[in-house]
Amino acid sequence: MRTAAQRSAGWLASPLAAVLFLFFVVPLAVIGVVSFWSYTGYSITPAFTANNFIGIFDGCRIGGAGPCVVLSTYLSTLFFCLITWAITLVWGFCVAYFLVFEVRSTGMRIGLGILCTIPFWTSNVIRMISWIPLLGRNGMVNLALMHLRIINHPLEWLLYSRFAVIVAMVHINTVFMIVPLINSMARISPALIEAARDAGASWWQTLRNIIIPLCRGGIAIGSIFVITVVMGDYITVGLMGGEQIASVGKTIQTQIDALQFPIAAASAVLLLAFVILMILALLRLVDIREEL
Amino acid sequence: MPKNITVSGVSRRKLLKSAAILAGAAAMPEIIYSPAILAAEPITLRYLSTATDQAPAIAAQAFKDTGIKIEYVTVTTDDVTKRIVTQPDSFDLVDTEYFSLRNLVPSGNLKGMDAKKIKLFDKISTVITKGEVNGKKIGDQGTSPHKVLYLEGEHSKTFSKSPTEWVTLIPTTYNADTLGIRPDLIGRPITSWAELVNPQFKGKASIINIPSIGIMDAAMVIEALGVHKYGDKGNMTKAEIDLTIANLIKYKKAGQFRALWTDFNQSVNLMASGETVIQSMWSPAVTAVRLKGIPCIFQPLKEGARGWASGFALPRTLTGKKLDAAYEFVNWFLSGWAGAYLNRQGYYSAVLETAKAHMAPYEWAYWMEGKPATQNIHGPDGGLLEKKGNIRDGGSYETRMAAIACWNSIMDQNEYMVKKWNEFVAA
Repeated sequence: MRTAAQRSAGWLASPLAAVLFLFFVVPLAVIGVVSFWSYTGYSITPAFTANNFIGIFDGCRIGGAGPCVVLSTYLSTLFFCLITWAITLVWGFCVAYFLVFEVRSTGMRIGLGILCTIPFWTSNVIRMISWIPLLGRNGMVNLALMHLRIINHPLEWLLYSRFAVIVAMVHINTVFMIVPLINSMARISPALIEAARDAGASWWQTLRNIIIPLCRGGIAIGSIFVITVVMGDYITVGLMGGEQIASVGKTIQTQIDALQFPIAAASAVLLLAFVILMILALLRLVDIREEL
Repeated sequence: MPKNITVSGVSRRKLLKSAAILAGAAAMPEIIYSPAILAAEPITLRYLSTATDQAPAIAAQAFKDTGIKIEYVTVTTDDVTKRIVTQPDSFDLVDTEYFSLRNLVPSGNLKGMDAKKIKLFDKISTVITKGEVNGKKIGDQGTSPHKVLYLEGEHSKTFSKSPTEWVTLIPTTYNADTLGIRPDLIGRPITSWAELVNPQFKGKASIINIPSIGIMDAAMVIEALGVHKYGDKGNMTKAEIDLTIANLIKYKKAGQFRALWTDFNQSVNLMASGETVIQSMWSPAVTAVRLKGIPCIFQPLKEGARGWASGFALPRTLTGKKLDAAYEFVNWFLSGWAGAYLNRQGYYSAVLETAKAHMAPYEWAYWMEGKPATQNIHGPDGGLLEKKGNIRDGGSYETRMAAIACWNSIMDQNEYMVKKWNEFVAA
C-alpha cells in the first residue's frame, strides 16, 4: 500500500522533475561544460582548458599592488548583499510583525499585504528609472533641500552612488523578506504569546525568546531570496550606480557582448559556486525542512 | 458497403478541406484585406538590426513600391553580432556595422552579396568604397569600410584587398561621431576632445560603456591631451591599451564621470536631465534631446571624429524567392526614398544622388551642403528640428566626412582590451 502511494507520488512529481531537468539542469550543465572550452572572436571549440578560470583570477597574487579585479568585484557585490540583507531583514520583520500581530481585521491585513506588492505592478527597470527625477542633481530631493536652505549645492551622492544602489535594492527586495516572515508569524499560536505574557515576560522577552526563534524558517527563506537576487543583480547596480560600480553580473554581460562565451560561462560557474556556498552556510544555521 | 464508405469518406474530406481553408483564412487576415496581392503571397523578410536603423515608414513605403513585407527584428548593437554568430537562421536580412565583420566573416554565417545584382553599386559613396571624399583621403585608422568591403568569393572567409564581385555589406547609413554638449550649461566654445576630462566638468562628464567604442573615444581624448600619439587608435598594442585604461581610471577616481552609459536612452536621459553636460554621444540621441526642447549640440572637434558605417548582409542559408526579394529590397533601399528619409534624420545615405532627387532643394542645402536653412527644417516624422536661418552642426557632408580620424573597430587585442575595460569599470 505504501509503496503504491509512493509510486503514484513519484509519478505525480515527474512532470515537474522533467521540466526542471530540461530547462534548468541541462542548461546549467551546458554552461559548466562550455566554461572549459576555448574560443575565438567568432567560435567556441570543445576543449578541456582551465584558461578561462585562470584568466578570471589574473593579477590576483599575494602582495600585489591592490585587490585584483575579480576580488574587488566580489567584495563590492558582497558589500551590497550584506547591507541590503540587513536592512530588508529588519524592515521586513517590522512590516510582517505589524501585519500579523497589530492589525486585527483580516480584510485590513490582506489589503495592507497587497499594498506591499504594489512596486511589482510595474517592471523592475521602470521602478529604478523613476528614482532619477527624485534623486538626481536637479531632482525633487535636492530641490526641496535647497528650497528649505538645508543645503546650498545639490548633493551629488544621492544618485549614481553606492547609496543609490542600496536604496533601490532595498526597495525591490524588502517584499521577498516580508512574505515568508508573514507566513512564519501567522502560524505562531496566540496561546503561546498569551502564555508568555501570563508568565510575566516583557514584550521584548516575548519577541526574543518566542517570536524570533519561531520565525527562523521565514528568516532563512527570505534571506535566500534576497541574497540570490542581489548577488546576480547587475541592472540595479548599473542603473543606480551609473555603471561605474562593478558587479559580477555586469562583468559576465560584457564578456557575452564581446562574444567571449566560455569565459562568461566560467564567471557564471564561479558566481553560482559562491552563491551555493553562501546558501549552504545559511542552511547549516537553520534546517528549513524542519521549520516548514 | 465499400461504396458507402467512399462516399462518406469523400464528403468528410471535402468538409475537412473547407474547414482548413476557413482556418487558413482566419489565420492570415492580411491576405483578405489586401486583394491586390491575393494571387501571389507576399514575401516577408525578417530584417535584423538595431532600433536606430529601423523605421515603420520605410517598411510601409517598401511594401507599397515592391510588395515585399518587412518584419523588423529589433536588438542592440552587440546582440546583432551575437545573433549572426549564434542564430544565423533567425533573419533573412541584417543591417550590421562594418567593424563587426572581423568576427562575422570568419564565422561563415553570412554570404557575399553579388555586386552585379546591385544596380547602383557604382554610385555608392566613395567614403565607403575607397575611403575618400571628393577624391581626398580621409582618416584610415580602425576598420575603415573599404578595407573590409570585398570578399575573395561568395562563401569566402577572408577579405579581398582588391575589389571583387562579392561584397560584405551594402551600406545603409554612416556618420562621424564626436561629443555631445549642453551649450546652455557650458556657456563657452568647446573645440577639443580633451574637454571631456577638463576638471571644470568634474562629475558632469560621461563616456560610453561599450568597450570597443569607449576605448576609441578615450584614445581621442588622450591624443588631444598630448599624452600619447597612437600608431592606430583602432588597433592598439597592449602597452597602449594599458596606458589608455590607466588614464581612464585616473580620471574616474578623480570623480570626472557622472556615469557611464551603454544604452541610447541612457545617454538621452543623462543629457536631458543635466546630470552630464559633455559626453560620448550618437547623432540620433542629440536629435532626441533637442526634440524635448533642450539645447544640445553634436560638437565638431578639431582632432576630428570617430566614423562608423553599417550595411546590409545576407545569411548564408538564404535561397530562392527570399534571396531574390532581399536583392530587390536592397536595390529599392538605394533608389532614393529611404536615403532621403535617413538623411533627414542626420545620418548619411549610401547613394547620394538618388536621395537628393527625393529631397527638396532647401533640405539638401541644409542637411548636406552645410548652408543655413531657408525654411524651417522638419524631421521625417514632421516634428520641428531646426528653425529657419540655422546651420547644421559639423557643416557639409564633405567637411564632416573629411574630419573622420578613425573608425569603429575590433582590435587584435580585443580580449585583452575587454578585460582591461572591466578593470576600469571595477576601479
